[in-house]
Amino acid sequence: MKRIFTCVVCPNGCEIEAEYEGNRVLSVAGNLCPKGRDYVTQELVDPRRTIATSVRVTGGTMPLASVRLTKAIPKNRIFDAMREIGRITLEAPISIGDVVIPNLLGLGSDVIVTKNIPKA
Amino acid sequence: MTHVQAIVVGGGPAGLAAALRLREKGIEDILILERETLAGGILRQCIHDGFGLTRFGESLSGPEYAQRFIDRVAQEGIRCVADTTVLDISSDKTVTAVSRKRGLMQFQADAVLLTMGCRERTRGALAVPGTRPSGIYTAGVAQNYINLQNIMVGRETVIMGSGDIGLIMARRLTLEGAHVKGVYEVLPYPSGLPRNIEQCLNDYGIPLYLSHTVTEIRGRERLESVVVAQCDERFEPIAGTEEEIPCDTLILSVGLIPENELSLAAGVALDARTRGAFVDEHCQTNVPGVFAAGNVLHVHDLVDFVSLEAEQMAESAAEYLNAGSLPACCLEVKAGADIGHVIPQRISGTRDFTLSLRVRKPMRNVTLVLAQKDRTVKRVRLRKALPAEMIQLTVRKADLCEDADLEVYVE
Repeated sequence: MKRIFTCVVCPNGCEIEAEYEGNRVLSVAGNLCPKGRDYVTQELVDPRRTIATSVRVTGGTMPLASVRLTKAIPKNRIFDAMREIGRITLEAPISIGDVVIPNLLGLGSDVIVTKNIPKA
Repeated sequence: MTHVQAIVVGGGPAGLAAALRLREKGIEDILILERETLAGGILRQCIHDGFGLTRFGESLSGPEYAQRFIDRVAQEGIRCVADTTVLDISSDKTVTAVSRKRGLMQFQADAVLLTMGCRERTRGALAVPGTRPSGIYTAGVAQNYINLQNIMVGRETVIMGSGDIGLIMARRLTLEGAHVKGVYEVLPYPSGLPRNIEQCLNDYGIPLYLSHTVTEIRGRERLESVVVAQCDERFEPIAGTEEEIPCDTLILSVGLIPENELSLAAGVALDARTRGAFVDEHCQTNVPGVFAAGNVLHVHDLVDFVSLEAEQMAESAAEYLNAGSLPACCLEVKAGADIGHVIPQRISGTRDFTLSLRVRKPMRNVTLVLAQKDRTVKRVRLRKALPAEMIQLTVRKADLCEDADLEVYVE
């Protein structure tokens, strides 16, 4: 089988022409770095993505704190992750790097704060 | 009137990086003027990750990327005055600003660094016919509402234009439970980066319709539907292809325009192609001592390159402040076949410089050529060249001569 993948690892966005059989990658062409091959392999077996969203904040200078995942999670768990993160409300002050949910849904990825919000 | 060595207009990514580099180069007296309450510019609302891969070797969100610069500016004790709007810059580098707290202020600067960023094209610029209901937002405004103010903009959404912010918002709206019915792009190719088409549209099953545009907006109080149609190669809607799409929200992602009202007031000449200043290899405009970098100069795809360009500008500005002038740039850089624009537009031929450019149309397996008269300066083979992706390359002084304009073209 042949398929063209757009690598999302970095802004180069390499167009990778990959030949594969089942989950096994036979050849890749067009990637500027070895991460491209890893990406294609991962896409075939278990496509993963990170997400970024926000959580509510009380008592702060802003109503929302942005958060992101520290590691990619399976694509088909993204909406489960959004529901889980949506339950959270934080109290100011909060800082970049604060862990909001460790090991989200047992997927090995933490939800961390990406914005400093002082007390109002 | 207060004298200041260097005034940086705008505390976004370009302004912060420029101020820091000025300080590193020994400039003591620096003042950043920021219109918003907090520094960081547009990064404050760009909560998605992917920033800083070039700069820091890791994937950060916009606010994290900005905070690294904000922290260093604070550590260095560089003055950043927020809630302050610059009203005017004159060609003799008098900067007039106003804030609620301090009232009207005037500064006499030795150098002015323009880092105001860009703004979005609106419905008015496109003249989309129809009614004027609520529910129509530019992508950046929708991003501000959702990511900063906790206000959801709508449920049934159509996106007009395939710029990167529109693609990012297609994903964001989907994650927040809205239904994005499709992205309609008038060009026969996407305006945004390929990786954003993949991770923002394809990942969520959002269709992209190329050579399509919105031809009518319907609804009284709130948007009720839009009419879309296929377009021909002259971007004219094709009769008979119209389709009405019920929706309550229309997001516009139809291009960014460098914010140059203040530059014009200072007498800075603008390039009709970039809609930013004409600059030389020092990022200096036609007004001596007035410099420009980042999205106010030309719209970038990635903040990492905004920071880099702003730092290069600051190095030149520091040299200008220390030496009183910069080497003359008498050679023109000309955008030739299939090249949309080039930055800088003038060079000296005596120094290394970074050339930034965009191609006019998507191409594959082409050679980019830099030539002076009949002499080839540089040849670069490109597997793909897309208008959505800015191309940057370093040109070495050893490869340049000092007596001929530089032509850039696709062979």
